[in-house]
Amino acid sequence: MADTTSRSLPLQRQGVTTQTSAKRQEGIAGLVFVSPALLILFMFLIVPLVVALYFSLTNWNGRTPLSQEGAYEYIGLRNYEQLLIQGRRVDDFYNALKNTVYYVLGVVPTQTIIALVLAVIVNQRWLKFRGFFRTAYYFPSITSSIVVSMIFLFLFSNTGPVNGLLSSLFPNYQPVSWLSNNDGVIHNLLGLFGITRDSSGFLRETQIFRISLWEWISGPSVSMLTIMILAIWTTIGTMMVVYLAALQNIPSQVYEAAQVDGANAWQVFRHITMPLLRPTTFFVVTLGLIGTFQVFDQIYVLRNDTTRRTTMSVAYLVYDFAFGSQTDPRMDRATATAITLFVIIFVATIIQRRLTGGDKANA
Amino acid sequence: MTSAAAAPPITTQTSSVYTLRRILGIVGVAILVLVAVIEIAPFVLTIANSFKCDPAVTNRPAAFIPVPPFGVQCETRNEAGQVVARLGADEQVSGATFNPSFSGYQAILTSTGPNNNLPRWLLNTVIYAITVMILRLLFDSMAGYALARLSFPGNRIIFFIVLGTLMIPGVVLLIPRFLLLNQMGLLNTYQGYIIVLAADAFGILLMKQFFESIPREIEEAAAVDGANRFMMFFRIVLPMATPALTALAIFSFQGQWNNFMDALIIVGTKPDMFNLPMGLTVLRGSGQDVQYDLVLAGSVITTLPMAIIFFVFQRYFVEGVTYSGLAGQ
Repeated sequence: MADTTSRSLPLQRQGVTTQTSAKRQEGIAGLVFVSPALLILFMFLIVPLVVALYFSLTNWNGRTPLSQEGAYEYIGLRNYEQLLIQGRRVDDFYNALKNTVYYVLGVVPTQTIIALVLAVIVNQRWLKFRGFFRTAYYFPSITSSIVVSMIFLFLFSNTGPVNGLLSSLFPNYQPVSWLSNNDGVIHNLLGLFGITRDSSGFLRETQIFRISLWEWISGPSVSMLTIMILAIWTTIGTMMVVYLAALQNIPSQVYEAAQVDGANAWQVFRHITMPLLRPTTFFVVTLGLIGTFQVFDQIYVLRNDTTRRTTMSVAYLVYDFAFGSQTDPRMDRATATAITLFVIIFVATIIQRRLTGGDKANA
Repeated sequence: MTSAAAAPPITTQTSSVYTLRRILGIVGVAILVLVAVIEIAPFVLTIANSFKCDPAVTNRPAAFIPVPPFGVQCETRNEAGQVVARLGADEQVSGATFNPSFSGYQAILTSTGPNNNLPRWLLNTVIYAITVMILRLLFDSMAGYALARLSFPGNRIIFFIVLGTLMIPGVVLLIPRFLLLNQMGLLNTYQGYIIVLAADAFGILLMKQFFESIPREIEEAAAVDGANRFMMFFRIVLPMATPALTALAIFSFQGQWNNFMDALIIVGTKPDMFNLPMGLTVLRGSGQDVQYDLVLAGSVITTLPMAIIFFVFQRYFVEGVTYSGLAGQ
């Protein structure tokens, strides 16, 4: 790398001593240049990670001053055990995990597919006003997540524009209270076929981690669905721009060659465009997974006392354990939840790398 | 780019294929227009309703075309200053048109109560966003330059540490950062918020990538002229990095302008220290009765500066996203 600089010095007939001192000077300069940023990353990213890991192995509540004798003791993996395997909090965690997984499974594929479709259309050479469409789609993603949540709070309120629009389109429409509705979407679908909680038989009787099977298959609640729509609405623009850049990077010769071979448009897309976009898809899905697994801001604004349980995400649970109760903060449990989420995101990224073939594309 | 190219002549294609293409084209444009409407309409409705009085927001939210008279008063007060009448929804709205009122904006821009202090939050947001931006420009570019060009002990390891920090989810840092700043006595201070965010891995990698792309000969020439590393960096290398620095500045500014989670944890218990997103959540209140005129006016004010920056520097936004996207390849 930087060897070139020192290699050029002998050409200038520098003595050996000046050469080593120049090298030393460069080394010192390098350390000086990198140290402010490194110090900050170390202090506020790496140390906190270690601190989180450490406190997740103790029983410290977060309120008792650390200087106080016996403020906490090391309890090994007990927090994780209580959270994940047995204990009072096990259904808190699995409820949040269930909500988050439905959220991720609903949002990530939808936003990726919509973004891809939009990018393919915007990339057509006959399209006019390309810049306009790109701007229109991208704009929501520069807007604060809190502002977007406020906009959705207004749009989806009981008397808001969404209910207004639906009422005028469908005269029989009964206004839905989108943001205070705990009904599971899959429960509602099953209800159409006459399957309700009472008729669900063993689903209601069988419990896994203190949550009945019937609850496990609820799907996201209507309120959570609203937050999912928000997430999709906000992010498709960014992902569209990423896909568009990748599409424009594909050399036109590739398409011309395919045309010479007599491939039709669908075959070109299926067998040429899609494989070439694989690394981009991997990137977009990774970005989507990391973002959606941590959903927090939108829930902070859009949850209310009614939907407390069905909009609880794992990230929000971390906050709720730590700061939700003035009288009984549980930093130990909160950090254990946070570390667990870290592991979940990590594993999910690896799994999706296999699924989208990101590992092959990068090899 | 390719938009100027004419449609290829139809020599081998039958007319039915041509018709199919036309239909697909129309369907495609219809999809684009529909999505564009879905993406834009919420902003139009938000702006329109931020100029309505509370009853009209709740009861007639769909009207979006402003017509004179402008600046209608939401409340009529008697000489003693008591409210004697409120402007009803149907008095302000007629069909798709409405008479704009500035009451929401007035209320929000002049109030200085602890939980309704938008001018102060705006000032704080500017301070946070600009200070963090300047520090990141300095620290990220210095570190990026060192990693790209200077050989020093631990160069490779430090690069992988920086790369690794990208993987740490923000939620994990939430509590330990709170504890750390609490120990340091920096909770609810400007310094506390700023120091935590004064450098970031994305910026360092962006700058590193850029510095690797500029020719080495320029620095070698400067070295012959006897410039030391510091002079070389600040006088020669950094001025050449303007495009990358602009992209970094915009990304950093946008990130901090909209940053909620760090504000919640670091300055979230002292209203005087809030930024705009944090302030908005307090303005919203916790009950079911949301004061939409205030919340929507606050949302518009929060978004406006970002929107202006976006339209001026649009190219850099798109390039930045593109960069991070292509980096994924």
